[in-house]
Amino acid sequence: MINDGTLDRRAVASVLLRDPADLLVVTGLGAPSYDAAAAGDRALNFYLWGAMGGAAMVGLGLALAQPQRRVLVLTGDGEMLMGMGSLATIAAAAPRNLAIAVLDNARFGETGSQHSHTGLGTDLAAVASACGWPSVAVARDMDEVEALRIRLRREMLFAVLRISPAELPRHLPPRDGALLKDRFHWSLGIASA
Amino acid sequence: MSAGSWQARVYAALKLARIRQVGYVPDAGHAHLIEAAHADPDMRAVVLTTEEEGIALTAGAWLGGERAVLLMQSSGVGNCINMLSLPVNCRMPFLTLVTMRGEWAEFNPWQVPMGSATPTVLAAAGVQVRRADSPADVAEIVAASAALAFDSAVAVAVLFSQRLVGAKGFEK
Repeated sequence: MINDGTLDRRAVASVLLRDPADLLVVTGLGAPSYDAAAAGDRALNFYLWGAMGGAAMVGLGLALAQPQRRVLVLTGDGEMLMGMGSLATIAAAAPRNLAIAVLDNARFGETGSQHSHTGLGTDLAAVASACGWPSVAVARDMDEVEALRIRLRREMLFAVLRISPAELPRHLPPRDGALLKDRFHWSLGIASA
Repeated sequence: MSAGSWQARVYAALKLARIRQVGYVPDAGHAHLIEAAHADPDMRAVVLTTEEEGIALTAGAWLGGERAVLLMQSSGVGNCINMLSLPVNCRMPFLTLVTMRGEWAEFNPWQVPMGSATPTVLAAAGVQVRRADSPADVAEIVAASAALAFDSAVAVAVLFSQRLVGAKGFEK
């Protein structure tokens, strides 16, 4: 199996994050963090620069703590594969205000573009569905991405976006975790929990 | 869980510490706490497939303004090490209660290596380690550890000794 994704990852991210209002965004390490930063750095973006496999679960803890707001996890196929068990954990917890968007290039882009499991037979949308996610979707063109932009802010949805494996210049967000956490708190009006 | 038991006092300490999310990988030693968390409308109990999910859950909870705790067994500590960079790097509080295996009347030798390594690897990963050995002071140690974690924004693990929890029986 080879990757057939053709979407431009920056174009996808800029659609998904367009007019974010108070959308709470968690990004998985590597290129999805750069994509979100390129779409416009903001205090309510929480970028992971490590903790590989943890983006979806950060999203769950945040969604349970902020039930009145929407949470979007934007991550890559390699990061999601490492946290695949969390798809079962999240389905069981059933947070209606959480959605996950996987930018799937079927590659470990950060480390030399080695093939990932999604290019070798694993269908992450099918995995999420089998774990009990109520809705899953796959986007292959920009019209489908536009449609997902709306759904990702309304549903408990697991979406796979089939992006091109082309590597783009890095757009680096801040990487001080304490700063990222503090500005997120200030923006939400949380002094200390 | 009888009202005066040490398990009930630990649960009361978590309530006093305003814990709202409880991530857990089940362990017999945490069974009472897990049951109490599920029954409590002010707590959200989240069953995990593996322990490192719980580190990320507690970080997300804190990001959203809630306090969380991770319940696990010493065998699970080994699954958590890289994920601990999340609370440590972000200067977020982290509290975990760890039931110990492999140290007291252990029947299963596969529990011994990780049980022996648990305090050392936690400390090496930047976690403050406290140990509860007796029913008399376990709740006080949990309360003080929660205060340390949430007031000083550090990672704290409380190890519940296998002698305290009771060695697991393997009767045929």
